[in-house]
Order: sequence, then structure tokens, then C-alpha cells
Amino acid sequence: MIRSAVVILAALFAAALIVAFLDLPPAEIDLPAAVTANMAISGVDHPVTAVLLNFRGYDTLLEIGVLLLALIVVLAVAPREEVAAPLVASAADPVLQTLARIAVPLMLLAAVYLLWAGAHQTGGAFQAGAVLAAAAVLLHLAGLLPGWSAPGLSLRGGLAAGFLVFLAVAAALLTEGALLQYPPAWAGALILLVEATLAVSLGLILAGLFLFLS
Amino acid sequence: MNVDLAFDLLLAAALLWSAWRTLATPDIFRAVILFIVFGLLLTLAWARLAAPDIALAEAAIGAGLTGALLLDAIGVLRGRKKP
Repeated sequence: MIRSAVVILAALFAAALIVAFLDLPPAEIDLPAAVTANMAISGVDHPVTAVLLNFRGYDTLLEIGVLLLALIVVLAVAPREEVAAPLVASAADPVLQTLARIAVPLMLLAAVYLLWAGAHQTGGAFQAGAVLAAAAVLLHLAGLLPGWSAPGLSLRGGLAAGFLVFLAVAAALLTEGALLQYPPAWAGALILLVEATLAVSLGLILAGLFLFLS
Repeated sequence: MNVDLAFDLLLAAALLWSAWRTLATPDIFRAVILFIVFGLLLTLAWARLAAPDIALAEAAIGAGLTGALLLDAIGVLRGRKKP
């Protein structure tokens, strides 16, 4: 009875959403054209990277801030067990361990490639960071990397580096007039610097969501 | 009917089906596997929409990391029940 009522309500809501979507007016600003027109001063060749790190750089800045905040919350609520869980290396599958040992260097290579490729084609810091994190998770599942019980100083530094470097770049560029408005001559190098630290920090943060809890 | 349209329709149907199965199945482990399948199908959908950047992110974060995290959660839940 309640279930059918919920289904009907959900169907009505879905229908309303579809009607609202079909009723949307066409966009008044032609954003793709604006991006294409400004690609020359963006410092990179790939429109998605140009939008993420240059034209809408503050969105990405806030995004990494939110991710860092999420990890801090996880650290705050994660159970703090003094007795470190014994590493399951001895019981772990030797085939899985061998596979992990072979795969992880390749994953690191893929991450660096994705980071570098972000400047002119599909790729970028977020994808590279996700691959780094996946490599760490794989190592952990294979029993080769112990879970992180508490972050040391260098790990804390690594987690915060992406946000801090991005923030420092933003602060240094405040004199340009607008937030994160790169001088065209420096844009490429600054974006590469920000992206590289972002990739490392994102990898650590995403891996931390896994490794701090295990 | 042209092949692209047929593939898109198949993809949309598979997405809806896997989403429904994920929510409806009583077995948690199967639900997580179906969630990963849903993520991979969604990756294909983004690729079909000519958004390779989002497809990459979805494959790595949505299907890969979230799936591993959920599987780990199941492992912890089962480990707690046993003793």
C-alpha cells in the first residue's frame, strides 16, 4: 500500500522533472565559443583542463578544499585503535601479491602519463590522482601496504600540499585583478605545478579514505 | 535501425536494469557487484556522450575506488559478525 503510493509519487516526480527539462529555455551564453576563443591565453591545449584550472580555477580550488575537509572528518570519526592490526601479508594470496607488484609500477606510469596528457587531451590531475589511489588500495588489499593508523608529518604535508600550493598560487596572483587569473606567459607552468601537486594530494586523500578506515 | 541508436538504447536499458537490481537485490555482496557494473556501464554512457574526461573519472572513482571501499566495508561487517 505504502509502497505503491511511493512508486506513484516517484513516477510523478520523474515525469515533472522530464517536463521541466524539456521546458528549459536554450542557454543564453554560448560558453563553448567563449572557451574556444580564449584557448590561446589559457596555457593549455585541452578545453576541459583550461576550464577546470584556468577559467573556473576557483571551482577546482574549492573542490580540493572540500575533499581535504572530508578526509579530515574521516580522520576525526575513524576508530583510533592503539593495537595496529597485523598485516595480513602472510595469509595473502601470492598470485595477488605478484600481480600487485607488477601492476603498481605500471599504474604509477599511467598516472604520470594522465597528468602530462591533461595539457592537450583527455586526462588531468583528478584522473591521475584516482589511479594513484587505486594503486595504493591494490597494494593494501594484496597485503603489501599496511593501513594508515595515524598520519605522520610527511603524510599530513602530502595530504594538504595540493590545496596549499593551489591557495598559494591563487594568493600570489591576487594582484592580477581577478581570482586565479594567470598571466598568459606563466599559465602553462603554473597549471602544471598546481596539477602535479593536486594529483599527489588527491591520490593520498582518496587512498586515505580507504586506508585510514581499514 | 542504425547501430548507434540500437547500442544507446541497449546501454540505457542496461543502466536502468542494473540500477534497479542494485537497489532491489537482498544480497549485499551482489548489490555491490551490481553497483560496480552500473558504474562501468555509466562510464560507457559518458564515453558515448563524447565526454571522455568524465568517463575516466567515473571509471576510476565511481566504479573502482567506491567499489573497493564498499567491498572492504562488507568484509569488515562480516568480520565483526563472526566472533
